[in-house]
Amino acid sequence: MKDEQTLPDVQQTKTGVSRRTFLKAATGTAAGIGISQMFNPALVSALEKALKTHPVLWIQGQGCTGCSVSLLNSVDPSIADILLKVISLQFHPTVMASEGEIALENLYAVAEEYKGKFSLVVEGAIPLAADGKYCIVGEMNHKEITMLDMTKELGAKAGSVIAVGTCATYGGIPAAKGNVTGATGVMDVFKQFGIKTPVVNIPGCPSHPDWIVGSLVYLLTKGLPELDDSGRPLLFFGENIHDNCPHLKEYDAGTLSEKLSDPKGCRIDLGCKGPSTFADCYKRKWNSGLNWCVDNAVCIGCVEPGFPDASSPFYEPA
Amino acid sequence: MAGCTPQTAPVGAGTKIKVAIDPVTRIEGHLKVEVEVKNGVVSDARVFGGMYRGFEQILVGRDPRDASQITQRICGVCPTAHATASVLALDDAFKVKLTDNGRITRNLIFGANYLQSHILHFYHLAALDYVNGPDTAPFIPRYAKNDVRVPKDINDVAVGQYLEALEMRKICHEMVALFGGKMPHVPGLVVGGASEIPTQEKLVAYAERFKKVKKFVMEKYVPLVYLLAGPYGDLLKTGGGYKNCVSWGVFPMDDKGNTLQKRGVFTDGKDYPVDTALIKEYVKYSFFDDATTGLNPREGKTVPNPNKAGAYSFIKAPRYNGKPHEAGPLARMWVTNPELSKIGQEKLGVKKMREIGDAAFSILGRHVARAEETVMVANAVEQWLSEVKPGKDTYVPVPVPDSAEGLGLTEAPRGALLHYVNIKDKKIANYQVTSATIWNANPMDDMGQKGPMEKALIGVPVPDAANPVNVGRLIRSFDP
Repeated sequence: MKDEQTLPDVQQTKTGVSRRTFLKAATGTAAGIGISQMFNPALVSALEKALKTHPVLWIQGQGCTGCSVSLLNSVDPSIADILLKVISLQFHPTVMASEGEIALENLYAVAEEYKGKFSLVVEGAIPLAADGKYCIVGEMNHKEITMLDMTKELGAKAGSVIAVGTCATYGGIPAAKGNVTGATGVMDVFKQFGIKTPVVNIPGCPSHPDWIVGSLVYLLTKGLPELDDSGRPLLFFGENIHDNCPHLKEYDAGTLSEKLSDPKGCRIDLGCKGPSTFADCYKRKWNSGLNWCVDNAVCIGCVEPGFPDASSPFYEPA
Repeated sequence: MAGCTPQTAPVGAGTKIKVAIDPVTRIEGHLKVEVEVKNGVVSDARVFGGMYRGFEQILVGRDPRDASQITQRICGVCPTAHATASVLALDDAFKVKLTDNGRITRNLIFGANYLQSHILHFYHLAALDYVNGPDTAPFIPRYAKNDVRVPKDINDVAVGQYLEALEMRKICHEMVALFGGKMPHVPGLVVGGASEIPTQEKLVAYAERFKKVKKFVMEKYVPLVYLLAGPYGDLLKTGGGYKNCVSWGVFPMDDKGNTLQKRGVFTDGKDYPVDTALIKEYVKYSFFDDATTGLNPREGKTVPNPNKAGAYSFIKAPRYNGKPHEAGPLARMWVTNPELSKIGQEKLGVKKMREIGDAAFSILGRHVARAEETVMVANAVEQWLSEVKPGKDTYVPVPVPDSAEGLGLTEAPRGALLHYVNIKDKKIANYQVTSATIWNANPMDDMGQKGPMEKALIGVPVPDAANPVNVGRLIRSFDP
């Protein structure tokens, strides 16, 4: 299954889908600030090449599946196209048909065959306390596999790792004050166990689908994107929310919202953490661009390494 | 078949075979199931919850208002349910009376996610147990003999709908986000109501999307569920379990406590009103300190002990009046006993839910109940859209009380959900969550009674231990 006959090729002979046709359609008609637009025109050939050699394995630890569900909300390309035509998603606990040992055998077989090439996506934190027993992700040969075991083994073999969501990047809510599980993000686990595979952090509670798809495609086609001090692509996390907020003018004019349902005004007195938060939500917005936290209520700083402790209480000014 | 060396020996009468599936996939979270198969049917079962995060411990000492944001992160499929239970507990503790528009806007947010969750569950979590996806990852590998019985033309229709349903569930999330702010994890559900006042423009945007979703539900989802009853009719006769139901009720229809799905308990064939004092959580077989067993959530304690001998799950075993009860769409539909949809009445030849009888308590019966409930919620969304007042306030600001207690009872799409908050010095002193999957996927209790899912597995046919398809089908019928 090397070179001529790659894994996605073999699998796609039966579906009769032409990737080239799809990719042309997907990248040619992007509207707004769709992901595909950013990578035009080199995307088509690059993605085709990447698809053949870079399967994606998606594993889940201490999380809520919210980042996976958020990925399903991808608009451009749609999730159906992502699943069938853009990436070769060989393992995803919430989506894949298989279960049990069949699923795990495939996971480890793909990781071995595409060693140094596949992309590992990690969703959820990795608990280190109690030898990792706070998160059991499967069992092979009558032996339990902890999230820690799986992250270490696959992390060392992967070509690159994408930590998706604030749990996988910085520990997030499972790592908040009061936790006893030793919940830890991928980067810190790698540091602790000497794993050198590059990690791209895509925080957010949940991550925005564009951030996930965009980073994945960037990684597959161009390599590592430029990252900030917290390992986040500047492409998505380079701008301060408050400084770019549509309510900034109101802030400058001293128009401040007094209660959550005020349609007008800057939310700073209500506890908005926009001033300490870096992400492009203010222009990208959520769910097909329909709304975002600040217009609806307040920003709680969910993309920041200190979330949630650094930004709580959420409804009191910092 | 995970954790199980292939069984090549012929299955003789009385031979017991152990089969483990780990991970159980297409669910939310980490679950393992281990069954013992004898004479081609499950004779014993254990369900293992493999993950603990400790929300209850993390919440202690925080501003009570943060709870609705933090507890949403328990589940990315039903964050609106945790947000709802949490704001109900906080409303109770803060002694706030919502505006009508606040109540209705909350229903519009939560209702849209009900539609999303049921569509997602049927098509993207459960359907691959009944039809084959495309021959490409992530739809392969599959079981060598996966017992798919639908003819190719119906399979193609179902796969087409699987893809269409991805779009539909995305549209449902857009509906949630219009008033909820974003989804998953809505900022818009807050103590005192909803943070965003619906405008005429946004209501039109919501209604446009809803129309598409309702059409899909009525013309695709519900008919497909009934279509499966043909080739998979035997799955209406297995997986019944205890046939005990809890429903805390969901979607307040007025300010007097009347809900769309009713509050009630059905135990050993009889109906009872809910008395929350009768809820107790047991931990003998769970990885929690034995001293905390048998407590009501009001005095609940969550003290993990991952090395406890004899324990096999991070899920506590809640019991109502000492007995295991199932939660979810089937439990709610059974307690409420509404009229079925037109197509349901036609296909089943009965008018109301309970007239389905024992067949309702089955693998396929749970899917029927979920589909029927989707119709019911869609009809209610239409009513809320006619009642909501554009521009009228949805939110009542209230100060954090010095000390107070609050109880929030609602229903997640997957079952009964309780949040309890105890506030001291304006901070959370205790917070307890008894969630839907905890009712269904729990282990044995101190009295030796199995959890509802474990009980329902017993008797399920597994004719081929190398391809235990029906085990996954039973688990997923509960939508864990």
